[in-house]
Amino acid sequence: MQRRVVVTGLGLVTPLAIGVEETWRRILAGESGIRPIQKFDASGYKTRIAGEVLDLNAEDWLPKKQVKRLDVFIHFGVAATRMAWEMAGLPTPLDGRLGPRAGCIMGVGLGGLQSLEETIPQVAAKGPESRVSPFFIPKLIGNMLPGVVSMEFGAKGPNTCLATACAAGTHAVGEAMKVIQRGAADIMACGGAEAVVTPTTLQGFGSAKAISTRNDDPARASRPFDQDRDGFVMSEGSGVLILEALESAQERGAKILAEIVGYGLSSDGYHMTAPDPEGDGYIRCMNMALADAGIRPEEVDYVNAHGTSTDLNDLTETKAIKAVFGGYAGKLAVSSTKSMIGHMLGATGGVEAAFSVLAIRDQVMPPTINYTTPDPECDLDYVPNQKREGRVQRVLSNSFGFGGTNASVIFAEYRP
Amino acid sequence: MDVKEKVKQIICEQLSVAEEDVVPEASFVDDLGADSLDLVEMIMAMEEAFDISIADEDAEKIKTVQDAWNYVITRTGN
Repeated sequence: MQRRVVVTGLGLVTPLAIGVEETWRRILAGESGIRPIQKFDASGYKTRIAGEVLDLNAEDWLPKKQVKRLDVFIHFGVAATRMAWEMAGLPTPLDGRLGPRAGCIMGVGLGGLQSLEETIPQVAAKGPESRVSPFFIPKLIGNMLPGVVSMEFGAKGPNTCLATACAAGTHAVGEAMKVIQRGAADIMACGGAEAVVTPTTLQGFGSAKAISTRNDDPARASRPFDQDRDGFVMSEGSGVLILEALESAQERGAKILAEIVGYGLSSDGYHMTAPDPEGDGYIRCMNMALADAGIRPEEVDYVNAHGTSTDLNDLTETKAIKAVFGGYAGKLAVSSTKSMIGHMLGATGGVEAAFSVLAIRDQVMPPTINYTTPDPECDLDYVPNQKREGRVQRVLSNSFGFGGTNASVIFAEYRP
Repeated sequence: MDVKEKVKQIICEQLSVAEEDVVPEASFVDDLGADSLDLVEMIMAMEEAFDISIADEDAEKIKTVQDAWNYVITRTGN
């Protein structure tokens, strides 16, 4: 029999708050973290709004010297990991026996893009005479986040980084579950981190016609499944879970928040940025997660949707959910927390996995805010505008990325 | 600013150490916790600050605070 894998810790760095409980409180209150961009002068750009993390003091989470040597996405990722680590009651660093049995898999979409943007003009101006910091490459590469987690917490087991764009965080959680199931580790920190709200990404996602230009009303810009949606809103942050083999959690006396029971992944094989119009990839992804969990569709109470607020995602995801859940789809609660925190790209799956676990812990489903005008083609129950208390035994969380890559994970209430 | 003072400031900033630890005999690696990447960045900061270029073979000989002072004073003629 496969090993059971449970969740024993969560950490969140989001535009709404630094911390799990405060972020969750504001999510359940239906607050938006989307504002005019403050970290750089975005005037003149077609999109001038985002979900920025403005109040993280990196020195609260990392040694001062490390702060200077690391990119912002690593600050976010280590902060979220430290929160999750402490919630799980794990010692820092792990002792010699546990260290090799603990690992880290993180999803990172674009890595240290801010460091790249600072460095390229120096080299362009001075060529071989330019003084490029020896920390430039370490700041740039995505896997420096799991690397630093390993160093900070003594987690010396499996250590990898997934770069599957907007699906990366969910892939990381699913792969970490499998690492534990097959016995390669007992404890895994997993999720994602991203900090790429920059002029370059605004221009890039703008050209791809992917991001909202509702600059005059930032809090209402991210409106998944609403008729008037006009693209996603970029944001930044990190979401990290501690997954643990059940016997390890029991042996340590750790509090079990939920169990992770299913993981599915697939590829559309269709287009670089647009989903397969019939949702074929999404459907196979969710079905694989259900099969992995060994449950029927009717046993899922709530779906934390990818729900980006783009025309195509929301339409296709709705179609796919209907195909997977059949007649039960109309009774299923589906919401997109991106309506409040925007789209954190590689981090989003980690953050939404944490919300899925919290929905089970507190028996409450977060809302889709800004849902005012129903789209006739998006006709599911999106938990509009207000949280909903109710029985939440199982939650499916979706993430879909550019390149046509898809990931779904399923969490369940832990029952001994 | 005095050259020695400026070098001291660069060391503090680059190695994230307290000013009182930057004593003449302090070794960057053994006493101030620098690794190979820190050393490269510190040398670059000195090049930038004093508008000099420090060859790798010279940089390798700069092991203590006093070494850095001596080197920069010689190169800048102060």
